[in-house]
Amino acid sequence: MIHLNATTGAAPDNRATLVRSAAFRSAVKWVACLSLLPALMLGLTGCGDENTSASTTGTSAGVTQEPTEIVLMTHDSFAVSDDVLADFTQETGITVRVLTSGDAGAMLNQAILTKDNPLADVLYGVDNTFLSRALEAGLFESYASTALDLVPDQFELDPEHRVTPIDYGDICLNYDKEYFASKGLAIPSSLADLTKPEYRGLLVVENPATSSPGLAFLLATVATFSEEGDYTWKDFWGDLVANDVQVASGWEEAYYSDFSGGAGEGERPLVVSYASSPPAEVIFSEQPLDEAPTGVITDGAFRQIEFAGILAGTKAPKGARLFLDFMLSLRFQEDMPLNMFVFPVNTDATLPPEFIEYTKVPAEPLSLDPGVIEAGRERWIEEWTTIAQG
Amino acid sequence: MDDDSSGLKRGRWRRPTRAAATNGGASLHTPTPAGRFHPAATVGWAVLVGTPLAFLGYFFLYPLLSILAVSLGGEGSPLAPFLTVLSRPSLRQAAWFTIWQATVSTVLTMVVALPGAYVLARYRFPGRSLVRAGVTVPFVLPTVVVGSAFLALLGPSSPIGLDLRHSVWAILLAHVFFNYAVVIRTVGGLWSHLDPRLEEAARVLGAGRLRVFREVTLPLLAPALAAAASIVFLFTFTSFGVILILGGFRYATLEVEIWRQTTHFLNLPLAAALAVLQLVGVVGLLTLYSRYQERRAVQQSLRPAVEAARRPRTRGEWTLVTGNLTFMAVFLGVPLLVLVERSLHAVGGYGFSFYRALFTQRSTALFVPPVVGIRNSLIFALAATLIAVVVGLMASTVITYRKGRVGSWFDVLLMLPLGTSAVTIGFGFLVALDRPVDLRTSPLIIPLAHSLVAIPFVVRSAVPVMRSVRRGLRDAAAMLGAAPFRVWREVDLPLVARAAAVGAGFAFAVSLGEFGATAFIARPDTPTVPVAIFRLLSQPGAGNFGQAMALSTILMVLTAVAVLLIERLRPSREAEF
Repeated sequence: MIHLNATTGAAPDNRATLVRSAAFRSAVKWVACLSLLPALMLGLTGCGDENTSASTTGTSAGVTQEPTEIVLMTHDSFAVSDDVLADFTQETGITVRVLTSGDAGAMLNQAILTKDNPLADVLYGVDNTFLSRALEAGLFESYASTALDLVPDQFELDPEHRVTPIDYGDICLNYDKEYFASKGLAIPSSLADLTKPEYRGLLVVENPATSSPGLAFLLATVATFSEEGDYTWKDFWGDLVANDVQVASGWEEAYYSDFSGGAGEGERPLVVSYASSPPAEVIFSEQPLDEAPTGVITDGAFRQIEFAGILAGTKAPKGARLFLDFMLSLRFQEDMPLNMFVFPVNTDATLPPEFIEYTKVPAEPLSLDPGVIEAGRERWIEEWTTIAQG
Repeated sequence: MDDDSSGLKRGRWRRPTRAAATNGGASLHTPTPAGRFHPAATVGWAVLVGTPLAFLGYFFLYPLLSILAVSLGGEGSPLAPFLTVLSRPSLRQAAWFTIWQATVSTVLTMVVALPGAYVLARYRFPGRSLVRAGVTVPFVLPTVVVGSAFLALLGPSSPIGLDLRHSVWAILLAHVFFNYAVVIRTVGGLWSHLDPRLEEAARVLGAGRLRVFREVTLPLLAPALAAAASIVFLFTFTSFGVILILGGFRYATLEVEIWRQTTHFLNLPLAAALAVLQLVGVVGLLTLYSRYQERRAVQQSLRPAVEAARRPRTRGEWTLVTGNLTFMAVFLGVPLLVLVERSLHAVGGYGFSFYRALFTQRSTALFVPPVVGIRNSLIFALAATLIAVVVGLMASTVITYRKGRVGSWFDVLLMLPLGTSAVTIGFGFLVALDRPVDLRTSPLIIPLAHSLVAIPFVVRSAVPVMRSVRRGLRDAAAMLGAAPFRVWREVDLPLVARAAAVGAGFAFAVSLGEFGATAFIARPDTPTVPVAIFRLLSQPGAGNFGQAMALSTILMVLTAVAVLLIERLRPSREAEF
């Protein structure tokens, strides 16, 4: 019952020495090949690293000679038109390498972990919900761009200018126009309306423990109903749960699987989304639309402001500063809306027509001090989870 | 059968190993002719052990220990976060649920997929290799895409009126859906080579079908069964996307908690404590597994798959085959068809408008042209597969030849990356890999991370087959003067080539669909297909949704074709044994 491999089984005795030397040669060949592997890998990384090694030698010269490349660390939702970055390179001679690092929370953590040997020169995408933590960690070098003159004071949350506001977006309720029109139902005008019986089972929100818009909406309710008093944010959520609110784990699920408006395939006509979602519905529609299928409710909108900062320890401080100036320039600011669906902080920037026609910018968006958010976030989420699990 | 029955064999199997170990541990236990010291063997052996060790040490253990040290080494006692875990009911609950759902998912997957593995391994019918490649497709789809298909079928607007959303059933079903291929391929890989004459002999001797299965087939399959179960368990133990999307906020695994603590609360010490707990569980399980695996290995005469498979003959066999194929078509096919249907379902009827839109450049920079995504995905997958196959086969050889402690620790170490939190490893890369060469932002980091996940698949496919290779073959080759390396190359390699091809197909698929692990690594902007799908889905708009579905369909086809091609690539020498 022994099944011999044809080759070895047939090898006659007098070939033994030959086989052995052949085996030796083949072993040597194998070892040679395998030891090449790590070398090859190091070689490959070496190629990728030319720029950084150039940067260390650059500074040693007497003349302050900076590297001609800066690295921009950002979150996965970052997008900018290629020609915009090309314009920056043409203006300054500096190229920009983009490093995407997961969602905003993951990115911030990575920046904190690599503080002593930073991965990048500029970090973009930390928002007011995480700002306090970023500043506490001492991630940034102060820099007050002259372009800040064009930015309203309300966006400048750090008086020391360790971070520079770049864009903002409002998290607010979106509604399915068709649903409310066909049912002849009034559109809720405030957060408090959501607990009324006529809106029972109509709302889907995101879990604040796992989703950034979900957290913003929770903060909006904390800001609206406050922590103390007759009717706290917890009472409000208790009523929402009693009114059959649906909780989805993330925005994609809430918007595409539960929401009935626009591209959504679900059955609920109210969703927590962004003020920029209706313009996106028009721009990314299958067929040209002359009206947005969804609308926004500005009451109870929570404002997220995104900041950029120069990472302390950068080897290219000049290039980093130039890039921050550039991010506030019209070229960059006017490119952002259609790429990231956020609003520019520069008051001179012209918005795309869809952003004017199909959405509203809340006149008085809610917000909380970053320090207050930092102190309360974990506790609020825990308390929310207890309420939501009923 | 008597010849292979465990007691006697085990003794024979172990003794030479001990001898080899006292002999400096440097040579294989296969006796060298005239007991001469073989320099080539020593060097070769060192390379075989050293390469996987160095690879895992540098790209897994070092980053892992670094991040744990950084996280737990801050101010305050390193024990404090562990006490928090123990004192917080929600975290204790997560730990319990993690173990519970992984166990149930594994049992369910094994039960559901075994008949399928049998049919695909033992019967020849038209389109068999297509089906085998097809079942791999669910395995690579991004969870967010499958999640949306499952929600459409089992959510509030379910066409069959079954709202399982945010229930544990939705989680279990999705786990079976994702891991079906693991059992089909890992178990099927060995099953298709089992010598059918053993079962036939038992039948002739009067054993009933069930008895033959229980007393002949199952024991022979045990190594592969354990291998498949261990992979499914680890996969579901660290389940993340499925739990989030289908389980809602009622269910959380340790992996979900680690991710939440890290990215939402920025509480690294607590995340590290949870990661340590997760690791302890995984190491415990793997140690048990590897002990079992070693005990159960049965040497047998593997047969070429051509010989083991035959056309179904009786009516019963045809029913079995068609029944299983129908089940696969419904259970695996329907969720996939939902995605295909959505990709074709445009305003005013069905058509290819979403596909056309994918291939025309759009104004927004988030958009990834599919050609670019596919190219990046293929390059990463190719690199990851190459690394995984080379390292994995070397490691498999060590595990197979080196019995005892060393082999079993090696085994555990290789499987660990599958059971380790992706967030933890991603962050470990950041704090550890900046010296001597700064690998942190190198494009290589992606295939390296993928290969960590892929290596266990190669090992799990190869080791059961390698262990089953008859000692007699190796001894005969060695007696005839072949050096251990040559024994490995001439005897093991051809036998293992098929298993390696299965492993490579897996590795390729793992890398093609991988999104989770790399999402936590800072990386240069080289969008892959899953990243492109994610980007499309992260913006509102019917066009985006339809295109995401179209791209998912392209990913499915790409996977099936890639797996099919890889399986065809296997050396034809395989037919020799």
